Amino acid sequence: MNTSAIIFYAIATLILGAALLAVTSLKIFRSAIWLLFSLVGIAALYFWMQVEFIAAIQIVVYVGGIVVLIIFSIFLTQQSGKEMAKPATGKIIFSALAALLGTAFTINLINHYGFNTLSALPFNSSVSEIGMQMLSTTSHGFILPFEVVSMLLLAAMVGCIVIAMKPTAANIVHLNNKED
Amino acid sequence: MNEIPLTHILFVSTALFFIGMYGLFTRRNIITMLMSIELMLNSVNINFVAFNKYLFPDKLDGLFFSLFIITIAAAEAAVAIAIIINLYRSHQSIDVDDATEMKF
Repeated sequence: MNTSAIIFYAIATLILGAALLAVTSLKIFRSAIWLLFSLVGIAALYFWMQVEFIAAIQIVVYVGGIVVLIIFSIFLTQQSGKEMAKPATGKIIFSALAALLGTAFTINLINHYGFNTLSALPFNSSVSEIGMQMLSTTSHGFILPFEVVSMLLLAAMVGCIVIAMKPTAANIVHLNNKED
Repeated sequence: MNEIPLTHILFVSTALFFIGMYGLFTRRNIITMLMSIELMLNSVNINFVAFNKYLFPDKLDGLFFSLFIITIAAAEAAVAIAIIINLYRSHQSIDVDDATEMKF
């Protein structure tokens, strides 16, 4: 048990503990903050695996973007101090049972498979390497998915604006006329 | 680094996935259900990065998959929150049990 292993188990405990509290806490704002800790723990796990670029993206997109968005929508839609209704006991029991059985089954499967991690090749995940491959047009390049995903982001942006837009007075009159 | 086998990282991501599934089953509030989905997506990302690093260190495909998953998760969260705000405007509630108009 060396330092690296201790750090790994500490990070794993942080991720799983925070995630468990995020799904069980009855106050929605606390739940969001626990989710934040869990995502920071996952970024720490990426740092521990020495894939710094993914770790940075994780912090920028999840912690800086999605959690802030979730907290915004909590403030817009409900009283954050109020406790949510407790789920029914039967539902808790069956969900926990399903989750535990699934975990046990998958862990059993992983244990029996036994991955052979023999490859001693160096792992080069520097930003320049990722950038070169992301924008290359050769057979292992990712330029096509890169462009497709940028179109997806544009579509999501336009879609969000259209969905969340307040209907104007002219629109409402138009809709009412249609119904008649 | 080498003392931790790949299986232990997979155990963490498995547990994280099923914690997210538990949350998705028990919660009735759309925002908290969305948070559970984020946890599940993150466990998938951990798997991709760990497999890439331990089994195929000469390639970077796993990293690209997790990058694209993160992008799509961000787009999904943005659209979901627009829908939540719209639903709140029409129902004054974001509980899934209150929005039953299209339930058969």
